Order: sequence, then structure tokens, then C-alpha cells
Amino acid sequence: MTAIERAVAAPGPKRLQWMTANVREVIEETSRVRSLVLDVPGWCGHRAGQHVDVRLTGEDGYQAQRSYSIASAPETPGLVITVERIIEGEVSPYLAGEVRPGDRFELRGPIGGYFVWTAPLDGHLFLVAGGSGIVPLMAMLRHRAAVNSDTPATLLYSSRTVEDIIYRAELQSLDRQANIKIVHTLTRMQPAGWSGFSRRIDRAMLEATCFPVAVRPRIFVCGPTPLVEIAARALRDIGHLQNLIKTERFGPTGG
Amino acid sequence: MSDPPVSRGFRGRGRGAQSARIPPGQHLVSDFPILSAGPTPEPDLTGWRFAIEEGQSPIGRWNWHEFEALPQTEVTVDIHCVTTWSKLDTHWRGVSIDTLLEAAGLAEPPGPFVLVHCDGGYTTNLPSEDILDGKAMIATRFEDEPLDPEHGGPARLLVPHLYFWKSAKWVRKLQFLDHDQRGFWEELGYHSYGDPWREQRYDGD
Repeated sequence: MTAIERAVAAPGPKRLQWMTANVREVIEETSRVRSLVLDVPGWCGHRAGQHVDVRLTGEDGYQAQRSYSIASAPETPGLVITVERIIEGEVSPYLAGEVRPGDRFELRGPIGGYFVWTAPLDGHLFLVAGGSGIVPLMAMLRHRAAVNSDTPATLLYSSRTVEDIIYRAELQSLDRQANIKIVHTLTRMQPAGWSGFSRRIDRAMLEATCFPVAVRPRIFVCGPTPLVEIAARALRDIGHLQNLIKTERFGPTGG
Repeated sequence: MSDPPVSRGFRGRGRGAQSARIPPGQHLVSDFPILSAGPTPEPDLTGWRFAIEEGQSPIGRWNWHEFEALPQTEVTVDIHCVTTWSKLDTHWRGVSIDTLLEAAGLAEPPGPFVLVHCDGGYTTNLPSEDILDGKAMIATRFEDEPLDPEHGGPARLLVPHLYFWKSAKWVRKLQFLDHDQRGFWEELGYHSYGDPWREQRYDGD
């Protein structure tokens, strides 16, 4: 028996099955971003930070699939994904444009066990998001709120304009709670009287917002590749432990 | 198995656009997306070493200068990422695993399985025969340029017939073993073998 045959013949674990998701509600987050609240019969739950694979089937049987982060806390009913419409994308224009309540598509998951945070974990939580990279980090903040965790948490969130901030109202109300801080930076345009940062995320901004190295914060960075590269490198240079810095990159090819 | 539900109004790009070179569930991209689990390591060619081990015993070791002096191989291949993008006709240069084993004085791999070790502690597992006979290389050039750190530079494994997470970035060591030992993503629920043509994305696929 060859090594491949052995690998194939070994009894396998249970397959992640495709399930039918029914769209219960559509939430317009920004002009380009929508959240879909889904009912998924048979869904077994997830951890904050995980994602699902979505598969669309056309009337002619043509299928296309993509991965999307879960935005909802494990504790709340209804699975929420948040999708940014990508120009020239194949799946995202449908999910973030066409879809309406009552529509159905397939998904399977949850997927990913690395970029995950659960409330019992020790240590402060420092989150860095760019654009729709906020989605898995929002699941963590929602999970933290749902279980009344008092883990100190800071989110540094880079958007182009104030209108591009996803979950803006919810982040505002989170910011008023104890032990949590939401810091925005707007890279393209700032409203009059803007008191937040107004440039791309850099080392100085991270030093000003992140917890001290000595408290060993757990760090999650999610966004477009250039932002993730810069932030992860700067955080490491500041002295944060490499194995406490977890990254996930969102590219335009997610579409 | 029942038919999948039709997604009302979804047309997509349609089958006509799909090349026979694209495995099921994949779509074509023209850019080169980057996926990795943590910070990109700083390239350090002076301190760079590449090693082959049998179990715990060292068999071969090269510094950057020695590695660059090994006979080079060039390939043009299609690559397929588990996150569903595929890229066609990518051009790579590096040292084939066949060449490396020969340079280490080995006629065949010293174990039926290999665990690939990288900077940052990342690992991935493969059957040894999947990296032989020209099927894999340690790549140091992409499209005739030194490999960017973001894409795994100075050197990454290239095993294009499997999902691209198997083509581990920042590779530093091949550890041959007598048993299969799951790597980083494989421990986290991804498929142990990862054949894109059989859509082996996750455990049990």
C-alpha cells in the first residue's frame, strides 16, 4: 500500500456537510456592505473568529463558493455574515446586493480554529481592523458582551470615511461600556470636528492604543494585506510576542 | 443526496467561463492573494539554514550560499488555494526535492512521510512520494524575481498539485518520518492530504 493509499484508506472524521441557509433579514451596514441574518437548520454553533464557506447555485446548476467570516456571537440566535460588495466580484454582488429575505443558499462550517477568541482565555484583547476586516473581530466583541466578560479590550479600526464604518452605532454603544475602548482612524476624509486619528495605521498609532507589552495582550489583526503586514510587523517590533499576534487577510479576491 | 437549493437570481460567471484547469469550487484570479497566520518573518539570508532530518537525526544542511549553488529547476504551474482562488501559469525557480535528496547523498526519501517546518513554527505534512519525481521544489524565485517575504521568501515549498497551504512559506526544514504527523492547519480541521481535484478542503472531505 502506498502512503497515499494509506492516507486515503484511513477512517476519516465526519465531513462538514453543506446546509441550507434561509435569509431571515438583510441589514444595510454601509453603501457597500450588508449583513445577512440566516436561519440554518442543523447549525452546531461556532466560536468567535471562525468563518463559513458559502455556495451559490444558479438555475442552470452553476455553482460558486467563497469564504465569509461570521459576524454574530455564538450566544445569539441566527447566524450573521457581513459581506462587502466587491466590484467585478462574482458572489459578493449577489450576497450584498440581490439577496432578500426568504432567499436560500448553502453554507458549511464553522471553519478555522486559529483566528479564534473565547472569553475564558487569559489576557487583554487588542483588535486591529481595516475595512470589512472588522467582521470576525466584531464576533469577538459581541461574544465578549454576550457573556459579560470583563476582559479589557481595545479595537483600533481603520475606515476610509465615517460613512464606511461598519457597525458604527453598535461600536459607539460598546465604547460607552466599561473596560472597552473603540478607536477609529479615517484615512480618506474626516468630518468637521473629528477627534480620532486621520491616517493609515502605523507604529506610533499602535503604540498609543495597544496595551503594554508586559501584559501580553492577545492580538488579532484583520484587514487588507498591506494593513495587516504593517500592523503585524510594527506590533512585533514594539515587542509583542509573535505567537500572540494572529492575522487574517482580506483581499479583493474574496468576491 | 438531494439537489442543492437554487439561489434565486444568481447567475455568476457561468460554466462557459470556467477553464478545465480550474478544480471544482475554485475561481480564477489574476493577482496573488496573501494568506498567513501571523506576522511575516524578517528575511535574514546570513542566518538562513535549510535542513533535512530523518526523525531527529540531521542528514543535510545548507546555508543560503550553498543552497543557491545547487542545480536549479524551473516550472510553470497552476496553483489552487483552499480559500477558492486559483491562479494559472505561475512561474517558479528553485531546487527540486529530488536534487536536494541527491545532494544529501540519498537515493530515496528516508521515510514515507514528511513534516515540513517553517519560520514562526508553522508545519505541514505530506506523503514523501508527493514531493518526489519533480512534483515539488524549494522555490526561491517567482516570475524571475526573488520571492517576496509576504509570499514566503526567501524560500517556500512548492507542491502545486495540492492545495496551496501545503506549499509552506518560509520553509527551513524537511523532517522525514515513519508515520504521518499532522501539521498546523491539518490539526485545525483542514484535510490531511488536500487534493484540489477531489475538493479535499476540510477533514472528512
